[in-house]
Amino acid sequence: MIRLAVVSGKGGTGKTVITSALSQMLPNYYLLADCDVDAANLGLLLAPKRIHREPFHGMNTAVIDPDLCTLCGKCSEFCRFRAVDHNKEGFSISNIRCEGCGVCAFVCPEGAISFTSRIAGEIFLSDSTAGPLVDAMLVPGAGNSGLLVHEVKKIALAQDRKWNIFLVDGPPGIGCPLISTLTGVDAVLIVTEPSISGLHDLKRVVKVAMNYTTQISIVINRYDIDESMTELISEWCSDKGFPLIGKIPFDPWIIDSVRNCRPVTRIDTAPGARAIQEMADVLYRSVGVK
Amino acid sequence: MRICITSQGETLEAPVEERFGRAPYFIFVESETGSFEAIENPFARGAGGVGPKAAQFIINHNVGILISGMVGGNAREVLEAAGIAMFTSRSAGTVKAALEQLKGNILERSEQQ
Amino acid sequence: MKIAVASGKGGTGKTLVAANLASVLSKDVSTTLVDCDVEEPNLHLFFPSPVTTADVTVPMPVFDPEACNHCGKCAEFCRYGAISVLPNRILFFPELCHSCGGCMLVCPNGAIREEPVRIGIVTTSHPSNRLTLVTGILDEGQSHATPIIRAAKEMGGSSDLIVFDAAPGTTCSVVETVTDCDACILVTESTPFGLHDLSLAYEVMKLLNVPSGVVINRSDGEDAEVLAFCRSHGLSVLLTIPFDRGIAAVQNRGELISRKDRAWEEMFAELYARCRTLVGVHE
Repeated sequence: MIRLAVVSGKGGTGKTVITSALSQMLPNYYLLADCDVDAANLGLLLAPKRIHREPFHGMNTAVIDPDLCTLCGKCSEFCRFRAVDHNKEGFSISNIRCEGCGVCAFVCPEGAISFTSRIAGEIFLSDSTAGPLVDAMLVPGAGNSGLLVHEVKKIALAQDRKWNIFLVDGPPGIGCPLISTLTGVDAVLIVTEPSISGLHDLKRVVKVAMNYTTQISIVINRYDIDESMTELISEWCSDKGFPLIGKIPFDPWIIDSVRNCRPVTRIDTAPGARAIQEMADVLYRSVGVK
Repeated sequence: MRICITSQGETLEAPVEERFGRAPYFIFVESETGSFEAIENPFARGAGGVGPKAAQFIINHNVGILISGMVGGNAREVLEAAGIAMFTSRSAGTVKAALEQLKGNILERSEQQ
Repeated sequence: MKIAVASGKGGTGKTLVAANLASVLSKDVSTTLVDCDVEEPNLHLFFPSPVTTADVTVPMPVFDPEACNHCGKCAEFCRYGAISVLPNRILFFPELCHSCGGCMLVCPNGAIREEPVRIGIVTTSHPSNRLTLVTGILDEGQSHATPIIRAAKEMGGSSDLIVFDAAPGTTCSVVETVTDCDACILVTESTPFGLHDLSLAYEVMKLLNVPSGVVINRSDGEDAEVLAFCRSHGLSVLLTIPFDRGIAAVQNRGELISRKDRAWEEMFAELYARCRTLVGVHE
């Protein structure tokens, strides 16, 4: 099974639309995961029917027992995350800042601090139009998104291994959720856009991706919005030896598909759809599919 | 030689668990006597760093051989450093069957994922 | 006044809003713009000017093999599994370490001390005489963004007027950025993705008790669903920016629409005025 992640660096370049389009190319081929756990959108296009859900436990959070607390303030002094609030009612822990490290409990001379587990999100396994899809929802404000990505992938990989491609819709950025997404990947498709931010962010995500695989392909989405910028990106790719495998034109038909919660499918003749299809052919050949 | 097998249940008839860090149970078997004990994995529901913590746990139990399915990067590094041999049991089914495969030398070595 | 610019979904136009807002405000008032999207910071592309740089470090444990007796207390304490104690060595996983300092505290033999490890930088520049730009940049390969965001916010200091450009998403980076802000501008687009992610971002604002308003970017007039969401949640729409290839072209080239067009300069000034009302309403 080939593990393919679609990432971007910069947000909003079109990862999810392109991932959904890729998932329509071959029937019964895919195991899917949406690792953009902050804002999981792939399911909006693939009409998933939920078959299983499980809670995701984040880091335990500290709790101060007000009956034992003598207001000495040691917890606040040692906490490196500024998670101890002090108001006229006494000391309390800010759940949103607490990282569950345990230092406060260790230094408390009265043993007034204990830990409770908290549910930081939920993971879903669904049947979608393209194959089994694992995605998740993180409780807004919760941390541990890298961990959640890790769990999403593990649950997907624990499924029956007869799928040919494990297709992952990745998160923006280069931090822990992205790193978690790229671990164990065979090939990466980077979706960029013809803008100065797009090129800047492409360079950073490429640098990180190179730690995980040498099979890196790039596609420019909405390339005709600025052809001189497209040319610049194209030159950079060729300079650095990364294959630029497609240039997708801006296509209002694609926006229409998203608006109507439909993936861009291969039977469409719209220019955007055709360009994605051509890109997919190149991509699949390069990773050894078909 | 002490063997550890990740398990979905507390008996030798239980299916082998694919995951290491989040396995519900660890079954420790003394290869000479065949005696075993099943211990609930204290880290199964943990949030992070579960792999290395589970690795530390079985190291503290003087294990020489681990039979599991998937062992992630960090846990693998710890287990390798501790000199624990890792085998994978995808086709074995039950803990008992996996032990038999180990005895018969037909278990695969666990590879980096 | 501290204003954050956030969104749930990436690519909605946070940078466009933050950059133009700060640029317009700095014509009259001393303004600081802080780029808290430390994984992919872009504001400096719109305000090129020489920078001074400071390293951002976090403390990480260093183990003294002479003093260590392999008791294992550090590994037992560490909730992140960053330390493994073997009979003859210690294994440390820096990417799992949260720099809490706990291992050093629990070691009974004083065998652990801490050393600063660089994870990124904060740069400062002055693109114009009333505008200061502070940019947090996470080193590629590092995973913890929050210490960089914290350092960038600190560098931003206590200017009278600060605009913070947040990362996309709804988790710790955004929480760190928006905490202690007086108001937040949520930038969205009129698509199912935009709306879905706006609702998640709004939940974070409620949790942090930061009054927020919405900017609809790339509007093609089909904004009914976003508008309905705003209405039912008492969110004011502060500004609507139409879908316009001309605007996109200016933005994509790293330029500011408020500098090219007087009308846009006025719209961003109006955006600020509406933010002030937002804060006033909740005070």
